[in-house]
Amino acid sequence: MPLNYADFNCPSYLQYRFESFTAGGRMWLIRAWQQGEIKAGERLAQILFTCVTCKNCVQTCAMPGIREQLVDIFMAAKGELVEQGLVPPSIRDYLKAMQTHGNPYKRPDAERARWAEGLDLPRYSGQAYLFYVGDEGAFDELGIGMARSVARLLGQAGVDFGILGEAETSDGNDVRAAGEEGLARALAETLTAKLNDLGVKKVVTLSPHAFNIMKTDYPAWGGAFAVEHWTQVVARRVRALAPAETALKVAFHDPCYLGRWQGEYEAPRALLRAVPGLTLLEMPRNRQNALCCGGGGGNFFTDILGHGGDQAARVRVREAAETGAAVLAVACPLCLKMLDDAVKAEGLDDRLAVRDLATLLLAMR
Amino acid sequence: MNDIHDELVRIVGAAYVSRAGEELYLYGRDQGVQPPGRPDYVVLPATTEEVRRIVLLAGENGVPVVPMGGGLVLSGLTVPLKGGIVLDMKRMNRILEVNELSHYCVVEAGTTQGALQAYLARRHPALKHSVPDAPPVATIAGNVAIHGSGHLSQSEGGFHSEMVTGLEVVLPTGEVCRLGSCSTVDKWFSRAPLPDLAGLFLGWNGTTGVITKVGMKLFPSFPLKDVLMFMTEDIDAVPEVISRIVSTEMGEDITFFVTPKPAYFDGFQMTNVHIVARTPREMKLRQALVRESVQPYLDRKEAGFLPLPAHMKVNLLAAPQKSLSEFADIRKGGGFEYVGSIMPVESIPGAYRAGLGIAARNGVTYSMGARVVGRGHAVMFYYAFPFNRADEAELQSVRHALEAANRAALDLGGIPWKTEVAGQRMILARMDPATVALMERLRALLDPNGIMNPGNWEVAP
Repeated sequence: MPLNYADFNCPSYLQYRFESFTAGGRMWLIRAWQQGEIKAGERLAQILFTCVTCKNCVQTCAMPGIREQLVDIFMAAKGELVEQGLVPPSIRDYLKAMQTHGNPYKRPDAERARWAEGLDLPRYSGQAYLFYVGDEGAFDELGIGMARSVARLLGQAGVDFGILGEAETSDGNDVRAAGEEGLARALAETLTAKLNDLGVKKVVTLSPHAFNIMKTDYPAWGGAFAVEHWTQVVARRVRALAPAETALKVAFHDPCYLGRWQGEYEAPRALLRAVPGLTLLEMPRNRQNALCCGGGGGNFFTDILGHGGDQAARVRVREAAETGAAVLAVACPLCLKMLDDAVKAEGLDDRLAVRDLATLLLAMR
Repeated sequence: MNDIHDELVRIVGAAYVSRAGEELYLYGRDQGVQPPGRPDYVVLPATTEEVRRIVLLAGENGVPVVPMGGGLVLSGLTVPLKGGIVLDMKRMNRILEVNELSHYCVVEAGTTQGALQAYLARRHPALKHSVPDAPPVATIAGNVAIHGSGHLSQSEGGFHSEMVTGLEVVLPTGEVCRLGSCSTVDKWFSRAPLPDLAGLFLGWNGTTGVITKVGMKLFPSFPLKDVLMFMTEDIDAVPEVISRIVSTEMGEDITFFVTPKPAYFDGFQMTNVHIVARTPREMKLRQALVRESVQPYLDRKEAGFLPLPAHMKVNLLAAPQKSLSEFADIRKGGGFEYVGSIMPVESIPGAYRAGLGIAARNGVTYSMGARVVGRGHAVMFYYAFPFNRADEAELQSVRHALEAANRAALDLGGIPWKTEVAGQRMILARMDPATVALMERLRALLDPNGIMNPGNWEVAP
């Protein structure tokens, strides 16, 4: 039985609880703003920038013709606020870091290859795939661990791939979700030009966020390559992995940019089902109705949604724990960090471990 | 006013009080054609105690209080006509009890239809509640407070307010009262055999207090569902068709609709009969009895059952129905008016003809239909008018259509449902003066400071 209404699953509504923080509320307020009935200010910026672009409203809205455009409208409204300089401080700092450093961690590009140290991975030189790890895979502690696991898993699955290392640059997905379309395009064009120059034909991404923008938008922006998420590539070769038997009970959390944005729900589940003895448990809100971890729309870097027990990630890990699962598996480095923090905040560490799928599968070998 | 704001913050916390322009704008209106108001504060209480303290504060300062559930009533009942505090109750959303043997649940007032539906399906799949054809964010308490009806209203006892087994309310003077068996024992199974005080808070549009908890009847959930669509070409035949089908006691939900679109429905009346069963054999028997009940029409070739493709059945059997929500946006532009009237079954042909005339005279798109409530004891007949909010002329046409529909309902022997202030005055003007006086005395007694949703159910503005 799906929870079939946007407001149940909207992370910002869960947190704030005013109707203004629902999809419908945002639409009314954008209209009022356009018609001069309200003025844009700090509150409107908070209301709009706390949309994490999870697309649950798109999935559940009953109004055909408008629902498909909801998140695009919210992103455009954010963009207008960016133009007018009415941006919450944390978003401003995030965008500034992206503008000046090219990544939200304010780290030099020279450090982008450190995630791969000791793995002996080849630089891209015409292999079948380029493995793109993005900002989180390069700089976030948990993301680095996940990137290393995925690289090892790709290798064990027999995938021919190379990496960019310090030549990687940001993909721009979350910058765009935060309303900075221009900067997103600039980042995308830089990366696209680089991949085209290298003759890349296929990209496999660590993050569903990068997968999303590369698949949906890069072709129109000059990208001449195909793109897949790593779970899709490995799922086709899962027999080669021959995972060992386990009695583990695992719940899977659907990432928004893999699921609702790109319609891929089965590949990660196929990986789990391939493990003999493993019990795959579904949370009540799954697939199209999955509750977002709250990490989209730039919130992963800005914490604009705030904290507390109503935080989407904390609600989500409570749901996962209720299934009786010992492990909450994820396929996105942002979900990994958001949910790992939430497990600690909820004091569930002794009952529930958050693991990325790749690390989990490697442990079954 | 700063003092009131500070006190509200002390009661519910700063995160749950707003006087920002964005919230004051949004909570000052609904999707219908009623003019907006403007609250002074929007407050989101989490407990009965918080509601009690807010109401006391409001009473001491003469500040209006407007309780709000999903805010989906479309007739402006949660629009703060005289400012004050809009109480958005949806933080009070706990499902407190499901009694599997006595078939009832107890929920906090902000619990939504969708949340209860999902909860029951997951944890008590043998039980269900009656679901209105509103978006799932409609609340249980809001719906019973307006005498809502739903997909079990025909088979399981009438309006949702009749399915209430108990209430907890905060009176306008701050007392917390429990009504029904829960007032005397720690069980919420029934309003009888005690004096039925729940009626003081049902149908009053939030003018007599704030409902904080609701006990609600639950009903068995059957594994098999099917739907038959009976098509007639004579509106005058519809009351008898409905009466015949209802009398079989084989249908769960019985609804009727007419629509000019798609074109192949134009000029016909469709009566939908939802049938549930435990076994295929029972389903066949139930279907046969329903068919048999209208056999004379089939024999005379005056009507027939429409063959329904599987995907159409899935849509028709969904609770709530999404089709009305989809229809609501047919004109685009964010406007939808839904005029309901409670009337006897025999009034359907008159209501239909009146609806056609009103739509034609006002040049508005329409959809009309009815849901049988009780075993044919009444119907909730609706006219739905979608409109483009940006088109002032269209908005005005819908206002006229709304007024005409209310007047027609009364003329046909029905009563406008959950109607806006103008419609309430229309009803009061025809109501027995002694009844009006009793209503006024009760209100004055319960709400001596006149703080509860003022402007509603008032003879004089």
